[in-house]
Amino acid sequence: MTDKTRPFHQMRWNEPIIYQKSVPGQRGILIPEVEDEIRTLVGDGISSIPDTVRRRDLPNLPEMGQPQVVRHFNHLSQENLGADSNIDIGQGTCTMKHSPKINEIFARSPKLADLHPLQDTSTVQGILEIFFRVGELFREISGLDCCSLQPGGGTHGVLALASIVKAWHRDRGEDEKRDEVITTLFSHPADAAVPKVKGYKVIILPPDEEGQPDLDAFKSAVSDRTAAIFFTNPEDTGIFNSRIREFTDLAHEFGALCCYDQANANGLLGIARAREAGFDISFFNLHKTFSSPHGCGGPATGLVMADRRLAGYLPVPVVKRHEDSGLYYLDWNLPKSCGKVKEFFGVAPVVVRAYAWIMALGADGLEEASRTAVLNNNYFMKKMLQIRGCSLSYPNHPARIEQARYSWEKMKDDTGFGTGDVQRRIADFGTHYWASHEPWVIPEPFTIEPSESYSKEDIDEYLDIMARISRECYEDPETIRNAPHNSTVHHIDHDYFDDPGKWAITWREYNRKYDGYFNRR
Amino acid sequence: MIEKQRVYPYIPNSDPGTREAMLRETGVRSVEELLKDIPDALRMKGKMNLPEALPAEADLKRHVEGILARNITAEECLSFLGAGCYNHHVPAAVDEIIGRSEFLTAYAGEPYEDHGRFQALFEYQSMMAELLDFEVCNVPTYDGSQAAGTSLRMASRITKRGKVLLAGNMNPDRLRVVRTYLDPVLVYEKISWSQETGLIDLDDLGSRLSSDVAAVYFENPSYLGGIEYRGEEIAGMAHEAGALLVVGVDPSSLGVIQPPSRYGADIACGDIQPLGIHMNYGGGGGGFISTKGDPVFVEEYPSRLFGIAPTSEGEWGFGDVAWERTSFANRETAKEFVGTHAALWGIAAAVYLASMGPKGMADLGEVIIQRSLYARKVMNSLPGVSTERLSNVCFKEFVADFSGTGKTVAWINSELLKRGIFGGKDLSGDFPELGQSALYCVTEKVSRQDIDRLVSVLEEIIG
Repeated sequence: MTDKTRPFHQMRWNEPIIYQKSVPGQRGILIPEVEDEIRTLVGDGISSIPDTVRRRDLPNLPEMGQPQVVRHFNHLSQENLGADSNIDIGQGTCTMKHSPKINEIFARSPKLADLHPLQDTSTVQGILEIFFRVGELFREISGLDCCSLQPGGGTHGVLALASIVKAWHRDRGEDEKRDEVITTLFSHPADAAVPKVKGYKVIILPPDEEGQPDLDAFKSAVSDRTAAIFFTNPEDTGIFNSRIREFTDLAHEFGALCCYDQANANGLLGIARAREAGFDISFFNLHKTFSSPHGCGGPATGLVMADRRLAGYLPVPVVKRHEDSGLYYLDWNLPKSCGKVKEFFGVAPVVVRAYAWIMALGADGLEEASRTAVLNNNYFMKKMLQIRGCSLSYPNHPARIEQARYSWEKMKDDTGFGTGDVQRRIADFGTHYWASHEPWVIPEPFTIEPSESYSKEDIDEYLDIMARISRECYEDPETIRNAPHNSTVHHIDHDYFDDPGKWAITWREYNRKYDGYFNRR
Repeated sequence: MIEKQRVYPYIPNSDPGTREAMLRETGVRSVEELLKDIPDALRMKGKMNLPEALPAEADLKRHVEGILARNITAEECLSFLGAGCYNHHVPAAVDEIIGRSEFLTAYAGEPYEDHGRFQALFEYQSMMAELLDFEVCNVPTYDGSQAAGTSLRMASRITKRGKVLLAGNMNPDRLRVVRTYLDPVLVYEKISWSQETGLIDLDDLGSRLSSDVAAVYFENPSYLGGIEYRGEEIAGMAHEAGALLVVGVDPSSLGVIQPPSRYGADIACGDIQPLGIHMNYGGGGGGFISTKGDPVFVEEYPSRLFGIAPTSEGEWGFGDVAWERTSFANRETAKEFVGTHAALWGIAAAVYLASMGPKGMADLGEVIIQRSLYARKVMNSLPGVSTERLSNVCFKEFVADFSGTGKTVAWINSELLKRGIFGGKDLSGDFPELGQSALYCVTEKVSRQDIDRLVSVLEEIIG
């Protein structure tokens, strides 16, 4: 097999901080001039501002011509990879996939971008129709009944779920008693963090020897104090919890609600759903499984689907359709609603992209996406495990769904290099690699998710990069020690992020603490 | 139903030849073998009942654009809607930069291969801090409402107190969200507001302040448009009671109005949508939280905070400051939670602020205030219409009371709509005490001609 790694160098502009490029007097854009008639009638306007709050100095922003602004940010963008430019399978759990270009045309259309959320609903029938249709599509995808598009991300989806759980138990007079939420160690960190924000005590189930949530531990944890369970399945080990129904049934016996974190549903479309697994509520990240681009970390959507018993507890408003007129409207009349989690109604461009993606694929295509993601993952796994120093978490459990959590424990023992070292070095090959969510549990972990967007050739190239880095760890330690070599920047000193005396979160703070290049004042 | 013959452009390995080769090398005969962990009882029976697919891009384009064509945009009409989402001009340079695929399609890369987003967002934080005259600003939260809710929770953690006082004239949509963030850990009381000035009642504030109050929150300008000029006095009252002052602020006002830090606020928060982000039917929100550099405050942020650091070769390096605060590092013991919020909008705001510069922000504030003053003046001359019901000085929004016309705002707005105008937000639901009033918003995009047209159409409608 020929090594597919290629000589790469990332863009390195040594781009100054934008303030270092400021030239007094320059302008990047001009503002409309007020009309003479208005000036005559109302004067300069700013004199009307009470003296105590009138700003008389100018804010210290950079002064730049438009070409310089554009060039600066173009340079920064070139110093960023993005899924379009790299084989982004190293960001496990996050379902990096292709965002079809046609969907960008829709998302940026003035017919969407220039809508005000408080317009009369007669003028926004198009966007409301898409919101409504997306809810209908997800009834099939999840098996559940009603939809909210309000949450602005997956973690926000968890907040919506936790808020619905609270409203539900309050309505039954059981909120005081039910003060516990149960989640698992390999569920997303938000499943523990967010219920805490809603006042719950959080119980975290450890994995059993097979890597599945420990059923015995669950049996002793669940009680009439349990408000809800928050589970991911498969977890980021990629292992499907085949006894999930025992968990949800038992939770229901104790009167708890079952919440499903389907931020990543990429291995299960058309194969297994929330409904059949016994979940009452679920959320889906439209920026993961449903292809909306991640935008360096949002904007995003954590679409919520709920059983019809919970319809009245969803965030307000919900999008509905008048049976007779066929017109769409916003229904605010949910007296038991959990309230709101976000301003207005949801992140419309993300919803439209997801709609277009689903419509392009249809039922067969969605299932094909999941089946391919599963095959890609298991193909990758088979080859990855042939690489020296790498092992798989819970090796007795070979087949995985859409991702897997691996370990460099052996390589670390053999060479002293672990997952952080691989992460530094991989930047030299024009791609990216993430360790795993914390706590690591698996020593020196990394989570790989080769979604359906990646071709066999892409996966082979990534594998060759991994093989080469492993070889270097064993045979060429200097190369690893000093990596990255071909990245935008070299080794970053992390002391500057954890020491309050040293850190600088803004250029202003930097200039207060330092002179020149990190010379302490 | 297992391996289908259709080849999908988004799914390269769907081609049968590749599929066969991969199955072979994986050592299985079919994908089914890889799914055997999923018990039969949990398997979906049959196929999802979805509408027929539109696999050809041309068909998809026709379909989706056909639906979107049913929308009528604020650009196609004349809009006076604000109330938390604003029709400001979005510089073309902003759309150009955030449309670049290196930013658009990136996610959570490391500082070594995604240096660009770290620097861009560090610069965003830096420019926001200058606008706000503070030292720290976060990577954007979901929206201004989350920013307000989190600011209040931060204040509660810092003061170790459990009650917050919220201005009675705050944005009602924001209040609905803030309540979700407060419940059940914090309780709130509303500070009453004066129906003469539109501003909060300081006597009422004084009577509510006590040793269990963590924070006082108001918005400046208020939801009803008024500029709060007694910030220093309010800060003094809050601080004397041991509470913090949290102020929600419209960043587009900060070229001409003092930032909250200058009148004693401890935390400033708000939404960056006015800074170069399209309204997107309300989906353009991104929240900011800003404070002084005191580590006591920094440690309470749940958000990502990007910091600057040296590298071995003398470059600017970046990374996450105080990572252990976050829910990525410490699940159930974190400071609230962090996830995927609105980073791309942060980059948009960075391009916006760099384009505007100091003079641009001042010019923007000036023209907005002039044009809104003009609109307020000429609307007030209409029979039965009062824009002086509240005596406050306004920035870009003001209350127009139509009660004297004998008509409802709903009716007036529907008549305006027939003539291609989106009237101001109807306040009669959220603020019944204001009668038939509407909140009118005038941005720099609304010209004198536009305002004159509104007035002449109103004249015709009201008769």
